[in-house]
Amino acid sequence: MADHHATAEHHDAHAHAHDGEHHFGWKKYVVVGVILALITGVEVAIFYVPALAGVLVPVLLTLSAVKFFIVVLFFMHLKFDDAVFSRVFYGPLFLALLVVMGMIALFKILPKYGVFS
Amino acid sequence: MTTAAAHAPAQHHAHPPTATGQNTWKVGFWVFMGSETLFFGTLISTYMVYKNMSVAGPYPADVFDIPLTSISTFVLLMSSLAVVLALEFLKAGKRTLALFWTMAIIVLGATFLGFQAYEFTHFYHEGLKLQTNLFGSTFFVLTGFHGAHVTVGVIWLLFVWIDIFRGKIGPGQSLRLEIAGLYWHFVDIVWIAIFTLVYLMGN
Repeated sequence: MADHHATAEHHDAHAHAHDGEHHFGWKKYVVVGVILALITGVEVAIFYVPALAGVLVPVLLTLSAVKFFIVVLFFMHLKFDDAVFSRVFYGPLFLALLVVMGMIALFKILPKYGVFS
Repeated sequence: MTTAAAHAPAQHHAHPPTATGQNTWKVGFWVFMGSETLFFGTLISTYMVYKNMSVAGPYPADVFDIPLTSISTFVLLMSSLAVVLALEFLKAGKRTLALFWTMAIIVLGATFLGFQAYEFTHFYHEGLKLQTNLFGSTFFVLTGFHGAHVTVGVIWLLFVWIDIFRGKIGPGQSLRLEIAGLYWHFVDIVWIAIFTLVYLMGN
């Protein structure tokens, strides 16, 4: 029992030491927060610009993906943490994207070409 | 024995506490978030497939209030910033600042839920209900499940705040706030996807 606690304590100390190697600091977190707020502002602004209607979808998807990965990499620390966390998250994320694209292809794109008729 | 083990790095590498060398709670929680990604992936794809198939209104363009939803999106994004600040100050042993920023997450999360409650009530008065059309069904299921996740997060963080206040969570137990924070960031990234795919591209 004592060994178990000792190992856990040491592991915790090791984890903190590991965090320290990639210390980001609250000021940098605030900068990341401001960047996220600015991207959201840009998203909403271009939504109201008629001239950008033709490129609205790809631009919004790109900005959304940028925001998504900024939060995942910096706020959720995947950029600094062990690779095992990235593997268990990016794997299902990739599958989820396949599900979304597969469903859209099956119900929206392929029927237009008469695949199921 | 305890002291010797705690100061022996070689022993740590010889006998890692887990197969991955990482905390099992944290690894398990990332696996859980992976499964949640698939859960929301199916809900989002169902919404995308059915969004233009309603035979009767109201349609997205009739009910969406983009400026209002932009404000609630901003509120949720800033709550994610509050999470990292709370964790940073907790690890640094700055208890008062950790308490302040943890309470900020709770307040911002509750504000987001207030916006959602207002939006749902407004849609209901506009004639959009769960059973009205395909848009109503898929929209309320998707955003309702997200709102339920936010509610769980607010309650969870309230318990974490109480434990920080009572001194049960300090710099040595920061993993408890870190895992609650990971959950909070997850509901934030799901909302980032929903805001773009459902609201901004919904028209």
